[in-house]
Amino acid sequence: MSTTTLRTRPPLTPALTAATALLATLAVAAALLALGGYSPGDAFAALFRGAFGSWDRFVSFTLVRATPLLLTGLAVAFAFRARVWNIGAEGQLHAGALAGVAVAVALPGTPGLILIPATLLAAAAAGALWASVPAAMKTGMGVGEVITTLLMNFVALFMAQFLVQGPLRESRGVFNQTDEIPAAAHLPDLIPGTRLHLGFLIGVLIAVALWLYLTRTPGGFRLRAVGASPRAAEVSGRFRAKPVVWLAFLTSGAIAGLAGGVQIAGITHRMYENLSPGWGYTAIAVALLARLNPLALVVTAIVFGALSAGGGAMQRDAGVPEVWVRGIEALVILAVLTVDRSWQALADRGSRG
Amino acid sequence: MGDIGALSSFLVSAVGLAVPLVLAALGETVSERAGVINIGLEGSVIWGALGGALGALAAGPYAGLAAGALAGGMAALLFAVFAVWLNTNQIITGTAVTIGSLGFTGAVFQSRFGVTGLALELPTVPAWEVPLLSRIPALGPAFFDQAVTVYLAYALVPVLGWFLFRSRWGLVLRAVGESPDAAHASGVPVARTRMLAVVFAGLMAGVAGAHLSLVHTGTFAENMSAGKGFIAIAVVVLGRWSPKGVVAAALFFGGAEALQFALQAVDADLPYPLFLALPYVLSLAALAGWFGRARAPEGLALPWPR
Repeated sequence: MSTTTLRTRPPLTPALTAATALLATLAVAAALLALGGYSPGDAFAALFRGAFGSWDRFVSFTLVRATPLLLTGLAVAFAFRARVWNIGAEGQLHAGALAGVAVAVALPGTPGLILIPATLLAAAAAGALWASVPAAMKTGMGVGEVITTLLMNFVALFMAQFLVQGPLRESRGVFNQTDEIPAAAHLPDLIPGTRLHLGFLIGVLIAVALWLYLTRTPGGFRLRAVGASPRAAEVSGRFRAKPVVWLAFLTSGAIAGLAGGVQIAGITHRMYENLSPGWGYTAIAVALLARLNPLALVVTAIVFGALSAGGGAMQRDAGVPEVWVRGIEALVILAVLTVDRSWQALADRGSRG
Repeated sequence: MGDIGALSSFLVSAVGLAVPLVLAALGETVSERAGVINIGLEGSVIWGALGGALGALAAGPYAGLAAGALAGGMAALLFAVFAVWLNTNQIITGTAVTIGSLGFTGAVFQSRFGVTGLALELPTVPAWEVPLLSRIPALGPAFFDQAVTVYLAYALVPVLGWFLFRSRWGLVLRAVGESPDAAHASGVPVARTRMLAVVFAGLMAGVAGAHLSLVHTGTFAENMSAGKGFIAIAVVVLGRWSPKGVVAAALFFGGAEALQFALQAVDADLPYPLFLALPYVLSLAALAGWFGRARAPEGLALPWPR
């Protein structure tokens, strides 16, 4: 008999797991930095100052950078909860950004109250549409989503390249980018005098909504049941897995698409090649550190936003190349996995006596 | 373009672009046949490129190839320690290895060479001309006047085909990938087999990376793997998990990329990103069964023991 069925409580609370993993990451990162000939203390201090050193650093940099990570992280977490391994958030984000720009540019003179929702809805719809291909292949043909979502990412990147070089290229025709979207489509500032836009609040609201859905509704229960064991859920005769898989894919894709729409409406105001530095992949780390809990994801997105915002300061003030941040992101994932497995192993041993 | 010179240079370019894909995808075929999908393959490729560069600077291009293989194998070993030994989720672990490898290769490169902006010049692996065969019009220069990595790719196709489908070891390996429980019950060390398969894939991806730095470009740049490891995973799918299929699929991906460069030179207005997207779309179509049944190993990406 499997020990997991006997255990009623996770061996370690999610917050403790995350904290342990972060501490382990700091320790390993410090060792590696020392090995590389840098001062870990100086590096961490500079990173911290860059991320939290002033109100403006925190709001205009850390929170702004956290926003796309929060949305893509929520997209990943929701899919993973249903055991749908959507690693296509990157492509869904690009599809969303393209659709958002296309709609906003096509409707000049429309008031913001209509244009902003139209832009964001188009982005969400495009993200969902992009996710519907792997969803159809999984539910209809039994093709695993890992490879299909990955392939769709590349198709999206090349489609974005094609569109910003051709049909959607700016009317000046100088750079490979779209025209700027009308001012009415710009997301309003959340805190005046900073760069933080409405997108962050949208992310927090979606986090709350997803949390309520997962924990307080029959639909959320169904999704978690299918995620815990798709076969058991089918065999019990109470749930059909396919509608849940569709729901997970479409919701996840819509939120990832929205991340793209929010980024172009809130920050860049246009679309260009390589809009994302890999948010869709970093999102997996963000979601994992949050133990796939939407509320915790608000915190972990800020942690990763801080890493991103502090990376520049770390390079400038401590001479540590900014690419170290990517390495640290990877360490976070490996640390969460390790802490998870270690505690599980300990618990299994304990329950066997 | 009836010109044989143009055709010849297109083929040279296509084969050059396809070979790293062939090498990495052949390795990944073995790994996936054993039930492990390694999204961290991209990490092995970039470590292979950097290891190749450092090795070549220290002791010449052939030492570089060996160092590249070793570096790629180490990255895969890290992946295997987590995904096979600790039995963590293969997708998440692979993503971590790729993200971390792109970061840490950049960090090592910058601390070794600084950020001068000057391109690094590496000793390159010389081409070996095969007598007679290299004189075949159009085909000769592309297929028979190449570096040793290209001939390695040729040799490995029949060897791996024999290994996977004709040898006892291959049967055991495929059993581990199709049904780890059954393999375990019949006394096969599942975890050890998977570890070896993953590390083999890492070594191959490392050679692919070293090919990029020591044959294809003669330099190293951050992120120069540019998705080659991910493409290799698509190549395995399009090649339907067989060495022969993988070569055809890799040539197709390489050909699409070469065609894109050729068309860009002729007419800059052609929508070349669409050519680049084509192989991915066809890979999806292959998965959807448009070219007959493409079936992944049953146990692929599943943790074991559950």
